[in-house]
Amino acid sequence: MDKIQVLLALSVALFAVGLLGVVIRRNMLVMLMCMELMLNGVNLSLVTFSHQLGSTVGAVLVFLIFVVATAEIAIAIPIVLMLVRQKHTLDINTFTNLKG
Amino acid sequence: MKHVLTLIVVLPLVGFLLNGFLATRFGGNRVGKGFVTVTACGLPIVSFLLAVACLVRLQEAGYQPLIETAYTWAVIGGKSFEISFYFDRLTAVMTLIVTGVGSLIHIYSAGYMKDDESYARYFAYLNLFLFFMLMLVLGRSLLVLFVGWEGVGLASYLLIGFWFEDPEKAAAGKKAFIVNRIGDAGFLLGMFLLYQTLGTLDMDRINAAFNVATLPAVSASLVGILLFIGATGKSAQIPLYVWLPDAMAGPTPVSALIHAATMVTAGVYLIARLSGIYLHAPGASALVAGIGAATAFFAATIALVQTDIKKVLAYSTVSQLGLMFVALGVGAYGVAVFHVYTHAFFKACLFLGAGSVIHALSGEQDIMKMGGLAKKIPVTFATFAIATAAIAGIPPLAGFFSKDEILWFSFASARGGSTFLWLVASAASLMTSFYMFRLLWLTFFGASRMSHDVAHHVHESPLSMTGVLGVLAALSAIGGFFALPHFLEPMLPLPDVVPALHHCEKTLIGIAVVLAFAGLAAAAYLYGGGARRATTLRERFPLAHGLLLGKYFIDEVYDFLISRPLLWLSERVFLRLGDRVLLDGTLNGLAAWAQRTAGSLGRIQTGNLQLYAFLALAGVVVALVWTWAHV
Repeated sequence: MDKIQVLLALSVALFAVGLLGVVIRRNMLVMLMCMELMLNGVNLSLVTFSHQLGSTVGAVLVFLIFVVATAEIAIAIPIVLMLVRQKHTLDINTFTNLKG
Repeated sequence: MKHVLTLIVVLPLVGFLLNGFLATRFGGNRVGKGFVTVTACGLPIVSFLLAVACLVRLQEAGYQPLIETAYTWAVIGGKSFEISFYFDRLTAVMTLIVTGVGSLIHIYSAGYMKDDESYARYFAYLNLFLFFMLMLVLGRSLLVLFVGWEGVGLASYLLIGFWFEDPEKAAAGKKAFIVNRIGDAGFLLGMFLLYQTLGTLDMDRINAAFNVATLPAVSASLVGILLFIGATGKSAQIPLYVWLPDAMAGPTPVSALIHAATMVTAGVYLIARLSGIYLHAPGASALVAGIGAATAFFAATIALVQTDIKKVLAYSTVSQLGLMFVALGVGAYGVAVFHVYTHAFFKACLFLGAGSVIHALSGEQDIMKMGGLAKKIPVTFATFAIATAAIAGIPPLAGFFSKDEILWFSFASARGGSTFLWLVASAASLMTSFYMFRLLWLTFFGASRMSHDVAHHVHESPLSMTGVLGVLAALSAIGGFFALPHFLEPMLPLPDVVPALHHCEKTLIGIAVVLAFAGLAAAAYLYGGGARRATTLRERFPLAHGLLLGKYFIDEVYDFLISRPLLWLSERVFLRLGDRVLLDGTLNGLAAWAQRTAGSLGRIQTGNLQLYAFLALAGVVVALVWTWAHV
């Protein structure tokens, strides 16, 4: 197994762990962190492929993702704050207002 | 003037628009009563003068019909439908009656309706009525005639229900309108049939089409019967006469206008105008004569016992119209129009006289509460007496001539005259004479049966009313000397007389005169001595009296046989089953179904964010696997 395969496996593992966290954890903050893990799994694969192709495009894209992720968190955290203020809990299952 | 015929028709419409828009509350009461009186009475008089001018012009043109196209209504394919007016001898007579008697009634109304709060509305409707009636009479095509035909129906509805605050009067207006509509259905079908076969609705062309050796491919009898159904509605014949007696709910001058001079004669005019068809339809003609005779007799019997002064006159109108239809049925079209003409004078005079009596008695209409009025309102009495003698057929007043001719032709015409027809018509005439003199006696002679209060206020009507009565009485007296059937003969030839019966003419005239005087004598005998003899007679035949007083209970029979089943059908079948179950049910059912579906599908939306995420993931995985396997 060469270096690239190891890195890709690591990237898939990161993504899978993140996804698992988003689906099964109830805590909203943990879910947000897990989302970051998923993003970073993707970032790692981008860098790896970029290195393999000898191009810097993938690496540049990673910076873009950092910026977007920062902006996203900057909005997500206040939303979480608002939700917590409403029900004094971080449990996502208490927020099922969209139930049909 | 180029458009003089159009002007005759349109002038009353102008009066309607002016009064309707300027003088009513709807238009903000911009002008006063003086303006209303002048326009409403003035414009019909101008129409009348123009009609006279047209008659002079017709004479100068050697009685060549004047034709005038006012407007092209529609062009469909090669066919054009025009509003054109047609003026010949028959139209001239009818137009002069309508505008002449109509104008007199307008003038009379100015006095009669003086204190009514809806003065302007009344005159606007009256003008509208005259407009439609002139359209009916002057129209060249059946289509224009039909517009007028429907229009007078509308105007009569408005006028009969003029005092619409009283539900009974409003209902009478509705009844007139609906009963007329039933007849109109027949008229329309006849029109369709004519148009389909002949491709034209112009009445002169229709008559011409039936006046050739090869008849058009349509049954003249069928068309004749269909058009006659229309005529029975407008002219109050059996079985559609029921609206006319109820129509007395309107103001009395309206009764005079509708029931004497104009609307009810429309059916007679229609058949006389389309005599070309009826000449080739012996079956339809026999039906016309039969219905006419039956109506004349039937209505006369009802009139014998009525106690409302206007109801007596109403049934007498129905009866006289029946006589006109007898004349039409035996082919004596000119004679029928002659009777229309004399009837217009004396019946208008009678109705307006009755109005004057009612006016004098502050609204009392029951002749059992009148009596002894002759000295108190002498002008009304004199004119009423002349008109009564005229309708009874006392020579030499107008009614004698026209009625005698009808009786003669009903007996001797080669086109369906018969002894039986003559007997029925003569019996109707005898009864006419009786009930009219009975009315005269109970109203004007004997001791007063008025309450003290009413008797105290009795007063003669103003000059605008008595003057009109005088003119109409004079016309009822001398109108018969103008030989109208002879004037119309080039257009509406009189039927041949069965040769074997020629010698009977003098005898029949004698019998008619004797009958008229017999009616007078009977009335004088029964009601002369304080009506005691009449009471005895009534007590001896209570059943017959009850039947006549209840008008043979025809209204009740119609109600039971027609109105109630129709109401039941509308309520149960059309409203409950058709509307509520079928239409509303379908819509409500669809809506409920959509709601139920949405309710069950909505359960998928749990609101659980993680389930959504999981499902999205599962979807992506399935898509990936499928792609890997297939691409």
